[in-house]
Amino acid sequence: MEESKIQDIEISLFLDALLQRHGYDFGNYAKASIKRRVLGLASAQCQSVAELIPRLLHEEDYLAEVISQLSVPVSAMFRDPPVFKTLRETVLPLLKTYPRINVWQAGCATGEEVFSLVIMLEEEGLLERTQIYATDINDIVLHKAEDGIFPMRNLAEYERNYKSAGGKAMFSDYYIANDEFFRIHEHLRQKIVFAHHNLVSDGVFCEVQLILCRNVLIYFNDELQKRVLNLFHKSLVRNGFLCLGTRESLRAVEAQHIFTVHNQECMIFHNQGILS
Amino acid sequence: MRASILHKNERCQPGSQNIEAVVIGCSAGGLDALRVVLGGLPIGFPATVIIVAHTAPGGDNLLPSLLAKTCRLPVSEAQERESALSGQVYVAPPDYHLLIETNRTFALSVDERVCFVRPSIDVLFQSAADAYGERLFGLILTGANCDGAQGLKSIKEAGGVTLVQDPVGAYADTMPKAAIATGAVDKVLQLNDLAGEILSRI
Repeated sequence: MEESKIQDIEISLFLDALLQRHGYDFGNYAKASIKRRVLGLASAQCQSVAELIPRLLHEEDYLAEVISQLSVPVSAMFRDPPVFKTLRETVLPLLKTYPRINVWQAGCATGEEVFSLVIMLEEEGLLERTQIYATDINDIVLHKAEDGIFPMRNLAEYERNYKSAGGKAMFSDYYIANDEFFRIHEHLRQKIVFAHHNLVSDGVFCEVQLILCRNVLIYFNDELQKRVLNLFHKSLVRNGFLCLGTRESLRAVEAQHIFTVHNQECMIFHNQGILS
Repeated sequence: MRASILHKNERCQPGSQNIEAVVIGCSAGGLDALRVVLGGLPIGFPATVIIVAHTAPGGDNLLPSLLAKTCRLPVSEAQERESALSGQVYVAPPDYHLLIETNRTFALSVDERVCFVRPSIDVLFQSAADAYGERLFGLILTGANCDGAQGLKSIKEAGGVTLVQDPVGAYADTMPKAAIATGAVDKVLQLNDLAGEILSRI
């Protein structure tokens, strides 16, 4: 049998162990990417994926590390500046009409995008009446995000992004720094509740006006993508906003008939009031 | 491993298999090289062509329209969940890895950079090797980076055919040289001969 086919068996056994032992279901993740990640986890630690299974079953602490490797920790502040600019110019003015605003970022990873959002809300005078929820399945990155500490090496890129996203002040107004790291100011960090939430298995936990979920659904198969879009639909107020990644598939979203396009380039949608 | 596959399917030489897809990777100098290779493919070319070219992240993806000018086949950016069709050329979007699933639909990822780049040639090639097995051509063109070498090796291991642009005469020779160094390359050819070689084996 080809090595690759043997690997497929190992990965399927590994994911089954993860589900049966810990209740995490990666069965509806897009196959090619999850395979890459599991192989990456194995190659860093041992000869084969099969060797990971005993650890997963018997070492209690190993789970967090596995989840961390299998979820996406990559992001940047104001990633895709035109998207943040559009949110600022066309979505935030509509959020202003609500006395209280709730925002949810699903799949926040290390927090770069949610802090970008907080900075915009602050500049638009909305932060005081906004509650922000940032969720992920990866507890390790959630703790990092909560700390709000980022490496200085990315700062130049973030400053450029901030400017092209329509930043009204100086990016340096929002952090303190030493040689290696910068940390987002406490009054901004305090506005965010970081919480564990699994889009595969958890349900609605609040009613929100805006959901940011960028480059998360690309890792899900059609069935799971549908489940999550339905979850977003139920979590959003009527005419609430959903912002997806710029290269995510529009067709699947439209097929839901529960979202209409607000801005196609930036992948921002309106929630329709009709329950499917 | 390879011998047994060939025996089972009664196929006698690499390349005689029914090729379903051609995956191409390039970096520095890639646009001109791609124009030459794609320019040699006729209308009705009976396979899918999928390209990863290292480009700067952000902004619009100009590559499809630039390539379309000299290519007889339709060229577009690969979209998430889209089916990969025969006779079409697909290009990876900037700043996303492009993968192909076993059901021949495209998938994107924002996983970490591989060989310092995203999209990475290795990521596409390895997923394509899984999806297409022996019914795949892998081609490495000019580039100043080692990306693609591991991917080409995976294609070879899965029974596919591997081609590399001759580093002598390439705009940048690092990438072809790295690919050749894996020992998994079937043929090294001058740029002008690559399209002909592909057609002769399809």
